[in-house]
Amino acid sequence: MQSQQEFRNETRIWLEQNCPESMRTSMVQEEVVWGGRNAEFANPDSETWLQRMAQKGWTCPSWPAEYGGGGLDKDQAIVLGEELARINARPALTSFGISMLGPVLLEYGNHQQKAEHIPKIVRGEIRWCQGYSEPGSGSDLASLSTKAELQGDNYLINGSKVWTSYADKADWIFCLVRTDFDVPKHSGISFILFDMASEGISTKPIQLISGSSPFCETFFDDVKAPARNLIGRLNEGWSIAKRLLQHERTMISGFGLSAGQSDNGGTTSTISSLEGTAMHYRGDTKKLSDPVLRDQIARFKIDADAFAHTSRRSVEESKQGPNATSSMLKNYGCELNKRRYELMLQAIGSQGLGWEGEGFSDEELQLTREWLRSKANSIEGGTSEVQLNIIAKRVLGLPDILSLARK
Amino acid sequence: MALVLSEDQQLLKDSAKSFCEQNAPVSVLRGLRDSKDEQGYDQAIWSQMLELGWAGMAIPEAYGGFDFGYGGLGVVLEETGKTLVSSPLISTVLVGATAIVQLGNETQKQDLLPKIVAGELLIALALDEHTNHNPSKIATTATKVDGGYSLNGSKTFVLDGHIANVLIVVARTSGETDSERGISLFLVDANAEGLNVARTIMVDSRNSSNIQFNNVVVAEDALLGELDQGFNGLDSVLDIARIGIAAEMLGSMQAVFESILEFLKQREQFGVLIGSFQGLQHRAAEMYSEIELCKSAVRAALAGLDDPDTTLAERAELASMTKAKLSEVFFLVSNEGIQMHGGIGMTDEFDVGFFIKRARVAQQFLGDASFHRDRYATLNGF
Repeated sequence: MQSQQEFRNETRIWLEQNCPESMRTSMVQEEVVWGGRNAEFANPDSETWLQRMAQKGWTCPSWPAEYGGGGLDKDQAIVLGEELARINARPALTSFGISMLGPVLLEYGNHQQKAEHIPKIVRGEIRWCQGYSEPGSGSDLASLSTKAELQGDNYLINGSKVWTSYADKADWIFCLVRTDFDVPKHSGISFILFDMASEGISTKPIQLISGSSPFCETFFDDVKAPARNLIGRLNEGWSIAKRLLQHERTMISGFGLSAGQSDNGGTTSTISSLEGTAMHYRGDTKKLSDPVLRDQIARFKIDADAFAHTSRRSVEESKQGPNATSSMLKNYGCELNKRRYELMLQAIGSQGLGWEGEGFSDEELQLTREWLRSKANSIEGGTSEVQLNIIAKRVLGLPDILSLARK
Repeated sequence: MALVLSEDQQLLKDSAKSFCEQNAPVSVLRGLRDSKDEQGYDQAIWSQMLELGWAGMAIPEAYGGFDFGYGGLGVVLEETGKTLVSSPLISTVLVGATAIVQLGNETQKQDLLPKIVAGELLIALALDEHTNHNPSKIATTATKVDGGYSLNGSKTFVLDGHIANVLIVVARTSGETDSERGISLFLVDANAEGLNVARTIMVDSRNSSNIQFNNVVVAEDALLGELDQGFNGLDSVLDIARIGIAAEMLGSMQAVFESILEFLKQREQFGVLIGSFQGLQHRAAEMYSEIELCKSAVRAALAGLDDPDTTLAERAELASMTKAKLSEVFFLVSNEGIQMHGGIGMTDEFDVGFFIKRARVAQQFLGDASFHRDRYATLNGF
């Protein structure tokens, strides 16, 4: 058995030899690697970096080696994370396959399903999107009505989804569908995978207040999905759906982690240090001259420190992956990230309020848009209010007003 | 740096928890208050705490201690915080022993530390002179006289001042009143001539006092640490104490929160449990989240104290981060402790009032949230 120190040494050497120099700088939005059939590599080094990391399975360090993952135990995965952070390495691959689908597929999928999909997620060959929300089903997700009917070897799918992130760029979708309309809403949902290139699928991007369109409306018109792609058992998809949400929330809570750090390695933030920025724009050298802003930034950074420790503690404590505390981390992380952007706007003053054209740097213009984008953090993956409901019910054991109402 | 307790720490925590619940519940503090006890702590309970080895927790074995580290003392303080144990644990063990371990010369350590472990010596730190914590603003003077120093000035908010045998006095040996340079620390016998200790009855029913020094003469060897250069050493001792106090506050806020949850699950209004109301659920969920952050901050800070690689600057940052955060959250939780219990929370019969009173004193002690946010910003170069 290899000692942790040996593993750390070997990892450090391997990273030194294999992580290209340009991959050791803070991530910029245009160079994020999403993989997929039509993968784009704005920086050629990122393709090399992805191939090398995928070869070792380190895009998914703790997934089983049998399916192409890194096969690392929890402690080794932590060491790898620390060593990547040490050299400020960018994530080799960002994908919903890694952060959301993969973990539940490993937990609920059969061997054939895992063998078909997991290796492609590890290597970034297939880009996934999430078919969850519908026009009439937001926080009340389980009321969804996209319909799947068995016809021969296929399910015939009809309905529509909304807020499907990057549906227009994804290769496959993991989708919640209703397979039984005659039972209580949670008991008629199934979890199914299908190819976005299938006949009958159309997508339409939604323009956001930030000006960008990462989300889509997605329409299904007699789409055929092979029945073997149903994950878990028929009508028992809700447990899988909730489990996936815990993984999603853990991912989103990470948005709060870069907050308050002077160096944002691995994130796409344009401006690294809140206090440094505030001082720079005011021409301050020794001390931030606005005492109220200074206090607010200190308070924010203290919360961000305590949150980072909490996030680490939760990794050390968790044995079976994320649990109900993921709602706490999601909620706190998102609120922190929103606070961070509000403070950044204050730090920059009127230069943070430009929309386009002359008079503003690219970084300033991007900040304005990132600030607006951050407002979605406490809506996507379950609103902050839903997270607080879950904490109250699942963690604190308080009585559920909705189940009281149904009685 | 481990953020989860080791097996030994967990065992210690469990035994401290059952000790405090069985031997030192909040009713003991209530009794001390109601009887206007002159000592302000229960001698029998303190003796049991000494038997459990709590006084030697963070003292090296070479001086009779048990070398269990601040992680060990921290979990004990967390448990004593849950039942608001009033004892010399903070003044003598957390602050006093730490100051001697960190700053004392070999003779002072050999002389004083074993006595602390054995319970033969109580110590109080005489530091603050104003209504708000400001450890470099020292007007009390120590003037060189033949064979030693003469101390003049006054101190306030001295924890356990009236029961201590030895005072650690922060005095100015040179420099301007608000300068970090020119500060020195002295060990002063509590019975020394010219020393006047007046106990002050505080809202949290714990021991505090005002102390006057009128030409109190001490020998040369009473100097603790370096002459004129005492501030940095003092500040690093205070950082350890700030983290320890935060651990105690963590225990207290958890006790209040448990009481709130219990009440939400048994109090009925409008025909339903009030815990089913979303307005209360969300406030409870937010408090839970804040307390979780506090727990992580305290664990990280304690682990930092026991890690030999932690620099003094890192320790200072951990201390200010933790004390600022815990002060804010204890403020929140103690207020909600009253509000969410409704009328019963306002009654003296119910224990939650003891916690809001303790909260305000603990918030102030060794620097409140605004003091530590300011310090944190300075430490981070803004």
